[in-house]
Order: sequence, then C-alpha cells, then structure tokens
Amino acid sequence: MSTEVESGDGVHPGKPVIVDRYTVAARINHWITAVSLVLLALSGLALFTPALYFLTGLFGGGPTTRMIHPWIGVVLFLSFMGLFIRFFRLNLWERTDNVWMSRLRDVLAGDEEKLPEVGKYNAGQKMVFWSMSLLILVLITSGVVIWDQYFSNYFTIEQKRIAVLVHSITAIVAICVWIVHVYAAIWVRGTISAMTRGRVTGGWAWRHHRKWLRDLVTTKH
Amino acid sequence: MFTPVPNPTTNPGPAKFGEQDLIRRSASTVTPPAKRQTEVAKLIDVSKCIGCKACQVACLEWNNLTEEVGINVGVYDNPHDLTPNTWTLMRYTEYENAETGNLEWLIRKDGCMHCEDPGCLKACPAPGAIVQYSNGIVDFVHDKCIGCGYCVKGCPFNIPRISKVDAKAYKCTLCVDRVAVGQGPACQKACPTQAIVFGTKDEMKQWADHRIKDLKSRGFKNAGLYDPPGVKGTHVMYVLQHNDKPQIYAGLPNNPSISPVVELWKGATKYAGLTAIGAFAAIGFLHHLLTGANRVSAEDEKNAERLTEGRS
Repeated sequence: MSTEVESGDGVHPGKPVIVDRYTVAARINHWITAVSLVLLALSGLALFTPALYFLTGLFGGGPTTRMIHPWIGVVLFLSFMGLFIRFFRLNLWERTDNVWMSRLRDVLAGDEEKLPEVGKYNAGQKMVFWSMSLLILVLITSGVVIWDQYFSNYFTIEQKRIAVLVHSITAIVAICVWIVHVYAAIWVRGTISAMTRGRVTGGWAWRHHRKWLRDLVTTKH
Repeated sequence: MFTPVPNPTTNPGPAKFGEQDLIRRSASTVTPPAKRQTEVAKLIDVSKCIGCKACQVACLEWNNLTEEVGINVGVYDNPHDLTPNTWTLMRYTEYENAETGNLEWLIRKDGCMHCEDPGCLKACPAPGAIVQYSNGIVDFVHDKCIGCGYCVKGCPFNIPRISKVDAKAYKCTLCVDRVAVGQGPACQKACPTQAIVFGTKDEMKQWADHRIKDLKSRGFKNAGLYDPPGVKGTHVMYVLQHNDKPQIYAGLPNNPSISPVVELWKGATKYAGLTAIGAFAAIGFLHHLLTGANRVSAEDEKNAERLTEGRS
C-alpha cells in the first residue's frame, strides 16, 4: 500500500513536535479557491432569492454581479483543478474509510481512540473532497449553459431552464458541504494553522491522523 | 367595423395609471390597489391581416428603434426573429389545408402576450425590473434590469430578447406610454385593415365573438379566440381560423403555461434550499454547543514526542 506522505510533508521533533502539512503553493491554491467560493456563494445567493438581492451591493450592483459571477466561477474551476491534482491521490477511498463512516457517532463525539488510525485525510474529509469535485464539475457545466453573455446561442431555452434549476440545487448542496468543511476546521482545534502557516502540532497529527504521522516518522528520517 | 380608440386631446393631463396600480412587481411584493383598473387587451385577427408590416414599422417608429439591414433568405419574415429592437414580428406560414385543398397564408403578428400570470416576472431576480399593472400590461423597467436572461427562461412564448449593446431585456410594452394617456398602441393605430384592435378585454372578447361567427359562416368551423387559460389568459389575444391547431401559426404554443422546471426553481427549490443551508449552520452550532471543541490533549503531544524521539 502506498504511503500516506506527500513531498511537502515533514516532522520537526521538539516540544511540541511540529508537522508540516501543506506547502506554500498548496495554501495559496486553497485560499484562491476559498475566496472564489465565498464570492460565488454571495453573488449566487443574491440572484437566487429576492431576500438576498441586497448582496449585489457587495459587487457593485445587479448588472456587475450578473457579469462577474461566471468569471469568478472560471477562477474557482481552474483553482479547484489545481487542488484536485494536488490532493486526489491521498483522497482515494480505502476500506478503513468505511469503518470510519460506520462509526460517525464516535466521530461526532470526538472519541477518536475508538476509530481506526487515519492517514492524511479521514473519510469525512474525503467525502468533502469528492463531493466538491463532483459539484464543481456540475456547476461549471450548468453555468456555461446559462452564461447568456457568451453562450446564449448554443443552447435551447428548455436546456437553459433545466441548467438553471440544476445549477441552483447543486450550489445549495455545495454551500452545505462548505459549511461542513468550515465547521470541521473550527471544531477540531489546531486544524486551521495547517492552512494558514502550513503546520500542525505533533499532538494534532497523533490525535487525528496517526497513520499519516507514523508514515511520516518512518519515511522522513 | 370596430370603432377605434379616438385620438385623445393633446392637452397634457395626468397618466391614467402608474406605480400605484401595480399588481405584481418582480422579486418584491406590492400592496395591490383597492380597485383594479379595467383590463385592456389587443386583439389580433389573423384572418384580416394582409401582412403589410405597417405594425412593425409603427412599433420601430414609436419606440425609436432601428433594426439592422438583414439578409433575404427567401422568406417574408424580416428580420428572421424577434430581436432587442424588433418587439413585434410578422411570421408568415404557408399552410396547406388538407380538408379544403386550399393553400392558406397564415400571417401572425408575434410579440409579447402580456400574460395575466407572467412567467418572465416570476423568473426575474431583480426587484422591480418587471412590473404588471392592474390593467394587465406587463412592462420591463430597464434601469432595474440586470440582463441575466431569467425572463427568457420564464416566458412560455419565447419573447424577451437581451440586447448585446446594453445587456438589458426588451419586448413589447403594449405601448404602455400611449395607453397611459388614452391612446391605442402604435401597431393598432397603423393597421390598415383593423386586424389589430385595442380596447377593454371584455370589448375585445365581444368583438372576437362577432369575428368568429363570421369566420364560421365562411366555413372555418374551428375558428376561435386564443386567450390561453394556462397563463390565466393574455392581454394580447388572437382570432385564429384554426384555433384547434395554434401550432400551425409559426409555432404558437398549444395550451402554454409557465414551465414546471421554472416553477420548481422559483418555488420549492428556493425555500428548501435556504432551509437546508440554515439547518446545516444550526446543526453545526448545536453540535459545538453540546460536545464542545475537539482539543488536542497534553497526552497527545507527549505521544507525538515519544514517537519522534531519537529520530532526528
């Protein structure tokens, strides 16, 4: 079985132990994706429901919101492709992930000692990764169909009706997945530094990603 | 002959309807007026149309529009479709009537039908960009339009067009500015055969009955009034020789209604979607409240130190 370690990962013994989790490039890539996703959610919700139309004010009014939203979508798509290429290998599903998923009760209670040892990503993170991959693919595809400024002549009105419905539903699901992602990062303390400074403590890695830490210790030294 | 709307006085006076007469306003709610104005309607009698296009010209002229010079591909339709500048278009169909063996030239003046239940307005996300007056006129308010094209998806008749110049949606206004001061629409005014007449919806229905009786007496046994109930009736109606087959008139929809896909998008999806987002956020909040933060313990750090000991 392949190792859970990626090229940028590393361990620095000490008190506490420091573990490198994300390279500068991966972090920049992540934050471009994150900012685009938030801007897309705000501009998209503004056009989705009249109750949130006031959000168009953040983008300089209705017409600019309508104009800019698809372009941010293109940025997100390209940026997420970068993340996909970086992260997909260690997000491949494994048998132990099924065990993890079947014990969600322990996961939610924070009883990680009762769960199998986790590699760089746990099953929940993998679910977020794969669902976002799929959702973004559906969003960019349906988004092009309703991008009237450039593509209005390539699709029928009936196709556009279906695309706009699919686009809205998919976007809602993506926002829900995003809430899970952000909440998990907040709930599991010590996680956010992985995406800001690129590092976590050894205790964090031991507690949440023990297999990753073990592989790191054996391969990097 | 139907008595046309007389020329009103040229003395300036107040508009006969305005903001206070809105019964629907896109992406917002309005307090409906206590009293609805008499519903108006334009009746287009296809059997009387000679295809002169005076209505098209009058529309361009009154609304100060210019259409590009097109290309003749051997049909009379000019331009080939509705455009942001062509809000009304004569569509010519050569129909071979199998029963009589006659070749019938069916000429339908296409344009906004001013639905009582307007799909464009339902789909529009910009507050106040599409309005419906209590007399039935559906109008686009261009300074509020954001050019998203949702009205195109909402419309069951494929009418609105988005301008490539200013990215705003355009369609027939039923000459809202003329009607407000007591004039008939420009197309009606220009029609030389009274194929287009304008008045109250009731008057138009009565006049249509009279016309349908006449057509029936001439052998058009399926003659009838096109006032589709699927959109709760329209304020532009047709007298058709073959009301049983509206689709032969250049694809006039048979029993049109707002697409169920649009209804689902603007209805259940909106409410279910916002509820789902709220629920996910609430569950996260509650979970944190009940279980508290998932913190790394001193024991965890010790274990990590033990694991890495002597490895550096």
